[in-house]
Amino acid sequence: MWNYEKRLQYPVKITQTNPKIAQVIITQFGGPDGELAASMRYLSQRYTMPYSEVTGILTDIGTEELAHMEMICAIVHQLTRDLTPEELEKSGFDKYYADHTLALWPQAASGAPWTATYFQSKGDPITDLHEDMAAEQKARTTYDNILRLVKDPEICEPIRFLRQREIVHYQRFGESLRIVQDHLDSKNFYAINPEFDLRSGHR
Amino acid sequence: MTENKPNRRELLEWINVVSFAVDDVKLFLDTHPCDAEALEYFDEFKKQRVEALKEYARYYGPLTLDTASTSAERWGWINEPWPWQEGGC
Repeated sequence: MWNYEKRLQYPVKITQTNPKIAQVIITQFGGPDGELAASMRYLSQRYTMPYSEVTGILTDIGTEELAHMEMICAIVHQLTRDLTPEELEKSGFDKYYADHTLALWPQAASGAPWTATYFQSKGDPITDLHEDMAAEQKARTTYDNILRLVKDPEICEPIRFLRQREIVHYQRFGESLRIVQDHLDSKNFYAINPEFDLRSGHR
Repeated sequence: MTENKPNRRELLEWINVVSFAVDDVKLFLDTHPCDAEALEYFDEFKKQRVEALKEYARYYGPLTLDTASTSAERWGWINEPWPWQEGGC
């Protein structure tokens, strides 16, 4: 169950349209290391997670990623909302416009559509948490790459906020991995997969 | 009656601040569930957040379902701009 809160996690108030940079930033909506993939990854992985601290982290970070997706969409929307046909054409936004007008649609900067193959839900806590830590770092790099291209402080500020959250999430997933390992055989973490071999009735 | 109407922008900024404190410490508590200092921090900011959301709803419309009033004549949830719109939160 989820409830909507009618505010952004961090404010987005962009007064100058910029369709060129919008085409780059949209990758954090529907790209390989974007917020949609992040949210779906954690919210998918949590059902078979046997340790409640880690189930909590997957639920709460997966939820926060939805709020980040909303911030990215707000940024892209505000960067494109007032465009004239001439500006669309000049900026190269015309190809996106042909398919989606000015609506938001999850795609990568390259134009590749969002796909569930951007993430894995493997059913092994060590494997999944390594993927999650890597995902946070990949998103952080993407934000670093975006920040090199952005000059407008109204765009920079929310992007910097999002970048910082990747680092906090990485930290929390690292702690989650430690919690998982504390439950396992310290001589061989791979002796069993607790998501499969420790189900009640299967011990 | 002399009511002290809060400044909308300042109140919203405050909601963002206390909500962020709650969001951040919530993740910390997931992996440190017995940390006394973090538990106290959570309780304090959660209280402030609930108060601020109630106050905001009273003057400027609800941001959450729990602060949406049923006593008004019109459903207030759709009155104010959405967060990505001009004048939104």
